[in-house]
Amino acid sequence: MSSQVRFTDFKSDKQPTWCPGCGDFGTMNGMMKALAETGNDPDNTFVVAGIGCSGKIGTYMHSYAIHGVHGRALPVGAGVKMANPDLEVMVAGGDGDGYSIGAGHFVHAVRRNVDMSYVVMDNRIYGLTKGQASPTSREDFETSTTPEGPQQPPVNPLALALASGATFIAQSFSSDALRHQEIVRQAIEHDGFGFVNVFSPCVTFNDVDTYDYFRDSLVDLGEEDYDPTDREAAKEKVLDADKEYMGVLYQDEESQSYEQTHGLDSNMSDIDHEGAPEGAMDLVREFY
Amino acid sequence: MPADFNWAIGGEAGDGIDSTGKIFAQALSRAGRHVFTSKDFASRIRGGYTAYKVRTSTEKVRSVVDRLDVLVALTPRTIEENLDELHEGSVIIYDGERTTMADVEIPDGMIGLDVPLKSLAEDAGGAIMRNVVALGAACEATNFDIEHLDSSLKKRFGDKGQALVDNNKQAARLGQEYVQEEYSDIEFDYDLETTDNDYVLLNGDEAIGMGAIAAGCKYYAGYPITPATDVMTYLKGRIENFGGHVVQAEDELAAINLALGAARAGARSMTATSGPGIDLMTETFGLVATSETPLVIVDVMRSGPSTGMPTKQEQGDLNMMLYGGHGEIPRFVVAPTTVDECFWKTVEAFNLAEKYQTPVYLAADLAMAVTEQTFEPDAFDMDAVEIDRGKVVDEDTIEDHQTESGGFKPHELTEDGVSPRAFPGTEGGAHMSTGLEHDEQGRRTEDTEMRVKQVDKRNRKVETAREREDFSPREFGNPESDNLVVTWGSNEGTLVEALEFLEEEDIDVRILSVPYLFPRPDLTEEFEAADEVVVVECNATGQFADVVEHDTLQRVKRVNKYNGVQFKADELADDIKETLAPDEGQEVEA
Repeated sequence: MSSQVRFTDFKSDKQPTWCPGCGDFGTMNGMMKALAETGNDPDNTFVVAGIGCSGKIGTYMHSYAIHGVHGRALPVGAGVKMANPDLEVMVAGGDGDGYSIGAGHFVHAVRRNVDMSYVVMDNRIYGLTKGQASPTSREDFETSTTPEGPQQPPVNPLALALASGATFIAQSFSSDALRHQEIVRQAIEHDGFGFVNVFSPCVTFNDVDTYDYFRDSLVDLGEEDYDPTDREAAKEKVLDADKEYMGVLYQDEESQSYEQTHGLDSNMSDIDHEGAPEGAMDLVREFY
Repeated sequence: MPADFNWAIGGEAGDGIDSTGKIFAQALSRAGRHVFTSKDFASRIRGGYTAYKVRTSTEKVRSVVDRLDVLVALTPRTIEENLDELHEGSVIIYDGERTTMADVEIPDGMIGLDVPLKSLAEDAGGAIMRNVVALGAACEATNFDIEHLDSSLKKRFGDKGQALVDNNKQAARLGQEYVQEEYSDIEFDYDLETTDNDYVLLNGDEAIGMGAIAAGCKYYAGYPITPATDVMTYLKGRIENFGGHVVQAEDELAAINLALGAARAGARSMTATSGPGIDLMTETFGLVATSETPLVIVDVMRSGPSTGMPTKQEQGDLNMMLYGGHGEIPRFVVAPTTVDECFWKTVEAFNLAEKYQTPVYLAADLAMAVTEQTFEPDAFDMDAVEIDRGKVVDEDTIEDHQTESGGFKPHELTEDGVSPRAFPGTEGGAHMSTGLEHDEQGRRTEDTEMRVKQVDKRNRKVETAREREDFSPREFGNPESDNLVVTWGSNEGTLVEALEFLEEEDIDVRILSVPYLFPRPDLTEEFEAADEVVVVECNATGQFADVVEHDTLQRVKRVNKYNGVQFKADELADDIKETLAPDEGQEVEA
């Protein structure tokens, strides 16, 4: 049925409760379009969502989905994919979910390199709890809980990913619909962990990292002579303090997914025996 | 009481105590003797006192006792630590040439066998085999045919080549011959009889892992923690042969979330940890229950709270398993009572998890997890394993569980509280699942009516299970007795052996061992029929005693042990005797 799938098939009948103008609308649309474009349908797609505004995505999309606990969407996604590699697994989260409470899981998900995509809606603020600093907020970004700014450097998710051995690192912008869709599609098609940090502005609480800011400042690597397979070049870009980039910053074309390296190719939901599996008595004999 | 024999090897961690003990235990098992082992170990890699004890008999043995007949002492402390258990005629094997053992004094009335373990081992090919020399000496002191040891050595070292096996056999013989020649004047009291039976020897962690594979578990995620790590070690390298996979997660939070993901994908999935890990998993535990995901979570309890005593016994996590998590969470808490029950209760845990779509805690404890015990192979009869996956719908049946507009209802309000399940990939089954309160389709709701309906639906599963499943306790002793002793978990074996000590003193008791802690059997009738009720458990506050008092509205007496060591049969018999008749006990003391 995949040939007839349209991206609207991934829409649920629930109306999003995101604020009008929220960057998450564009981020989600791009995800749905990329899923449809890569030949997936809701019945073979599994979306894992974190907590926060971004975490609502599982409700607004139509597919197999779970809305997990704060910061732990990545291990859930990895478990789904390992147990059934036939599924297309996409994990969505926010900057707080992924780089604060879930930072440990992020590093290890990157290392693990399970073949799934991870889309982080980065608005550099905690929106759903009404405007506190997030791990990607600027050092001087004033909020109710940090009136003088966090006074500590923001997490650099791209550099963190590269240092952890990522095989696919990309950055996108929710309002550049075509480019965003294209970048997410590349993440899906990547054989391994496809990480996309998406600037997804919060129109209610963040008046610094706005649509205008990103529109004016983002440099699209797709328009430059840039080789994403060059790790040294990627290192320069992700550590560049003066500029922020859009596009695929790094891709290891030799990437082998966790499932490949561990020989996982079966759907573990299938149990074809009503009792113990054949050969189980050998397990007992071992203890003689 | 079967004519049992007690043997131990003790020394410093890193001395190869565990493997030597296991070789001897396996030799006994292969010679048709029943074995029950226990370990005393410290939370360190090298150094610190550690011991491996073996109790053996031609009849079934279910516990440890306070007696040691033969002790291989690799350090002076080994003797000190076991002084209470040694008795007149006990044999102590030691290496007087070892600097630390040079001035060792053998207590009066005991037999010291000074055997140059290291130099004899060197004669056989390497000092590393000195413990095997001691095993050979032990064979001589117990009239145990050394050929049984050979097969055990072959099992242990066979993979590393015949030469190594032969060297070890030789080392054992040098130890045996040394005792024969140097101590020919001693007549040893022991004569370890053998039988034609072949037993299997395994511990609780291994039985849990084996049960998981038998039950069709395909996915395990865990994080190393004493004393649960052996479950993971067992599964790794074995589950793959059955199409499964083991993941060592970055932490316990990831472990349960990985396992949750695999379970959502339709795999039979499990994680195992100990108390501190359960603390970390508790947040996700709530999500597992609310999203109605079948998952087996093993808690191999150890002494708490906090890091407590990681290598010591306790049953202190009961309250956490019964009540842990914010809000109200339907769950199963199943506690195996013996090593073989670790197998069967694991199989059952998977069926309960899937039939009722809710998490199942499997409550094991250190004493059972690291204890090896012999069984007839039939105790693990794979033909008796049954798999019940519950209400799984496929493409043909899914229409019965959809809304008019075609939305699947994974949280359908049903009479028995159990909804249909659709594995991802099932056409027409796509649905959302969440820890937020949700409607029948799994979509978030704050509708007050739906909230009540979903809470009731989830809790209804517990009532359904009470109607459909048999949660009876296991019963031992005299069913007519006025004295009722109740316990849970690994104390069962010890209690059953304590019966014999009690019988010797004309005290008769009825024993109920409760493997289902939630939902659990209603013991009101049994309590009312008894004059005295004593609850035995390895914790300080009597967590299970509290629970049964609440259930039955009847006060109970308590026997608690929480010094980090499991009950011993003779000691437990004394405790029960005193608790049943405290006045008599005082008179005896006076």
